[in-house]
Amino acid sequence: MALNNFLILSAFLFCTGIYGVLARKNAVLVLMSIELMLNAVNINLVAYSAFHKAVAGQVFALFLITIAAAEVGIGLAIVLLIYRNSHTVDLDDADQLKG
Amino acid sequence: MVAQNVAFWILAIAMAGAAIGVVRSQNVVHAALYLVVVLAGAAAQFILLAAEFVAWVQVLIYIGAIVILFLFGIMLTRAPMRPEGSMDNSQRLAAAVVSLFLFGVITALFVDAYGGKEIKLSDDLVLIGRSSNIASSIFRDYLVPFEVVSMLLLAALVGAVVIARRD
Repeated sequence: MALNNFLILSAFLFCTGIYGVLARKNAVLVLMSIELMLNAVNINLVAYSAFHKAVAGQVFALFLITIAAAEVGIGLAIVLLIYRNSHTVDLDDADQLKG
Repeated sequence: MVAQNVAFWILAIAMAGAAIGVVRSQNVVHAALYLVVVLAGAAAQFILLAAEFVAWVQVLIYIGAIVILFLFGIMLTRAPMRPEGSMDNSQRLAAAVVSLFLFGVITALFVDAYGGKEIKLSDDLVLIGRSSNIASSIFRDYLVPFEVVSMLLLAALVGAVVIARRD
């Protein structure tokens, strides 16, 4: 299997995630796009691990999964707080810090 | 080798279509279900790369825990099931240009750097991905990062409880 297949697949997922972060209005959908990006990095790490026959890539993929779980926990807590304060999760309306 | 390539392309096409579904779907629950397809496809790719332990952790944590968290988030924020307004903002065109440009740049870099390089599947690759090997690597070589990550997870969960609590 060509190494590039995996790398380009993960680049595609990462760029799709960037499109989602930039173009989505709903905060939960933005968090899902961030998950896409983190998952793309995971594929990259495991592909390099198989290419170099080294275990380090897989260990860091496990760390990354842990950090993604922490990120989703905090992110959804913040989204819930926004919803409780302004009764919407529309990110275009969350502009209280705008000068 | 041919079977692995065929499996890769079937999974890759399914993952790419589902990823576009995540960022294009106007229904929030459908987007979460498309995300499940992407994550399961990634787990299958890990199995193709002989990383079985990472693949099952991916299934347990991503599909089992994170997607459920997303569904709770959708439920608690009363996201509209059927679209009344668009889920996208006005920057769609600019976002598409940015992501396509970035995809082009990254792809050109990868083709330049790794063109023609092959992943050779062999028995020692399976031995590397075994859970006993990964466990001894984590607890021997990466013990300090492991402890740091566990403290990070603890702090994040306590922080999430503090943020989301009603006073």
